[in-house]
Amino acid sequence: MFNFFRKKRSAESAKERLQLVLVHDRTDLTPAQLESLKDELITAISRYIEIDPEAVQIGLERDGRSQRLVADIPLRGVSRHRAG
Amino acid sequence: MTAQVITVTSGKGGVGKTTAVANLATALAMDGRKVVCIDGDIGLRNLDVIMGLENRIVYDIVDVIEGRCKLKQAMIRDKHYPDMYLIPAAQTRDKNAVSPSDMIRICNDLRPDTDFVIIDSPAGIERGFRNSIAAADRVLVVTNPEVSAVRDADRVVGILEAEEKGTPSLILNRLNPTLVRNNDMLSAEDVLDLLGIHLIGVVPEDESVIIGSNRGAPVVTDPKSRAGQAFRNIAKRIQGNEVPFMELEQQNILWTAFQRLTGRK
Repeated sequence: MFNFFRKKRSAESAKERLQLVLVHDRTDLTPAQLESLKDELITAISRYIEIDPEAVQIGLERDGRSQRLVADIPLRGVSRHRAG
Repeated sequence: MTAQVITVTSGKGGVGKTTAVANLATALAMDGRKVVCIDGDIGLRNLDVIMGLENRIVYDIVDVIEGRCKLKQAMIRDKHYPDMYLIPAAQTRDKNAVSPSDMIRICNDLRPDTDFVIIDSPAGIERGFRNSIAAADRVLVVTNPEVSAVRDADRVVGILEAEEKGTPSLILNRLNPTLVRNNDMLSAEDVLDLLGIHLIGVVPEDESVIIGSNRGAPVVTDPKSRAGQAFRNIAKRIQGNEVPFMELEQQNILWTAFQRLTGRK
């Protein structure tokens, strides 16, 4: 409740901003490149299986000093396949 | 004796590399170790003034490399600790006067009768930095709890890993415990979490550091200085001793617990 009205202290902003900047510095991948990677991924996957392009999430995550590319790609019409 | 070669670097300038080198070398000399400091910042030398040895320079590292003097002649003995020496940088030359293999050769010549060789790297990630890390057995990265310094430190850590220099240890310099307590400065835990490397020491912000630089007498020689104590602790850890971290962090942990209890955080 208090947190809702509290102005975020600057150390928190510093940490959050750095988390994002470091992930991109370490991978040398800009947000724009990540977006175009996402588009190409959707195109490639769509050739094999039907997906919902709007629901695709792709991002970089940090684990200590290593980075990973995490994609969440919901499939469309799975129930129909199952029924057929 | 086979010296350990330690390079102190940072990415960003002005975070306290040279101060750290002068203080760690002096603390090691106070513990009876034989130490040689090398100023790796060709063209912008400063370790000499921080150590108070600027009036004693005759030869510098480029004179050694270009054969104008013997290595021993370029080693300036400290005024107070006879087992501590400085090899100054050349002031009127540029970084291209030195190569990584020159640094490796000089360090190898020093190894047999020295305990520690400490190299003060220039800021940046270019030639001078590459020269300074070439001979390193161990690298210490200095940073401040500040966005630009942490970002640059992360770049340097990445380069060191890519160069297979191993993961460096971190010196977090100029931490202001009051600002950390008010959540207006990144804490040691925050910086460690961001950089993902091992912490070798946290040095609190301390006016006595500037006073020490003014006098050319590193602050480790002042028994009352908090920063001096922090550098003495780091020197002990470099020698393989386990030394508990200073109270400034414990205070923060207690304060954080108190804030959680009272719902302030």
